[in-house]
Amino acid sequence: METRLNAGLAEYLIALGDDELILSHRDSEWCGHAPILEEDIAFANLAVDELGHARLWYELAAELLDEDKERFPDHLAYFRDASEWRNVQLVSLPNGDWAFSVLRRYLFDVLEVERLRGLKQSSYKPLAEAAAKIYNEELYHVRHGRAWLPRLGLGTEESHRRMQTALNDLWPFTPQLFQALPGESELSGVVPTTPGLEAEWRTKVVADLASANLNPPEKSNPMNRPRTQQTEHMMDLLSESQMVARANVEARW
Amino acid sequence: MVRNPDSRGAISLQDIWRALDDVVDPEIPVVSLVEMGIIRDVMEVGGRIVVKMTPTFAGCPALEVMESDIRARLEKMGIDLVDVVRALDPPWTSDWISESARRKIKQIGLAPPQVHGGDFINVLDAPVTCPYCDSFNTTLKNSFGSTPCRMIYYCNNCSQPFEQFRPL
Ligand SMILES: [Zn+2]
Repeated sequence: METRLNAGLAEYLIALGDDELILSHRDSEWCGHAPILEEDIAFANLAVDELGHARLWYELAAELLDEDKERFPDHLAYFRDASEWRNVQLVSLPNGDWAFSVLRRYLFDVLEVERLRGLKQSSYKPLAEAAAKIYNEELYHVRHGRAWLPRLGLGTEESHRRMQTALNDLWPFTPQLFQALPGESELSGVVPTTPGLEAEWRTKVVADLASANLNPPEKSNPMNRPRTQQTEHMMDLLSESQMVARANVEARW
Repeated sequence: MVRNPDSRGAISLQDIWRALDDVVDPEIPVVSLVEMGIIRDVMEVGGRIVVKMTPTFAGCPALEVMESDIRARLEKMGIDLVDVVRALDPPWTSDWISESARRKIKQIGLAPPQVHGGDFINVLDAPVTCPYCDSFNTTLKNSFGSTPCRMIYYCNNCSQPFEQFRPL
């Protein structure tokens, strides 16, 4: 591929990796705090999965940019300030209650599976291979999230109220999920167009939500910011996730 | 053929496969990386031994340990020019877990994954046999267990919770 395409694809992959890494960090925060032991374990393992996916995307970006495959992912994870991250705002929002975290994951995972289905067909073979690997794992993520929707949505009055509140709070952040990613405009045939994923996502999500007696809010104020704009929560998140690496830059783990 | 420095003669690729069968899966130490289908290929390229491995799960935290265990085992037979390369294609599938490994996994109370022939989604709702009493009367409790590659089940027959190695 030409250099210009390489740079565009690398930007795209870094944005994908940023989504995964920030969500992984949020999930990991449930470790030791989740409402039941099984979910404590589940969220820790979801976080491990997403961490692995972020590393795969970053490694592919490193290859395209002729960077070191070992060091570049660490550089991206630990030595960028909030303004340099390209994740969607949805993933950096604080965990809130259990309903919020489960629903956030679900909304994100359904999109991820749709995107991976497209990426599996990528004309760039290393990307198609990584997508095939990740796709299989993400099917389990969606399954996990979907199992929780009816449990909470149809559970008790309290669990339903919390789920509907979480949905109302999360919904304004979903339009940003369907913005074209950085670099995407020049990658036709290499990646699926992100706006093109919205219809399928909406059909699936609305149907699953309805079966759990949950409804997207009719009126919501979309927080459709560009990916260059981060929430105020990113600084806190990064100060925690980067603290150790920045405390001793020379350390080897 | 690779020359062995302690002059036991030539080592064949078959010898190397046999040696690699001693390298155990760090998360399930009763089975080897060969039995798990994690080691995909062993080649000799320009005097170096290239071991091709594929991760069971992309984020598997044990990959580095596996790599260094492979190197250490080959070093023990005098082979130190070793490249361990990771490949994602074709993606690892639990169908590659050998019969012997399935038996050993079951012996430690971990239900082996159902064989699916390519599309694991189709077997996800199929019954899982309890590794303790062989009953089909089991219920899925969680699609994530103590590692990303395990699920938690409960046996309604012998009242024993157990984990299954996930089909993938
Ligand atoms: Zn049983």
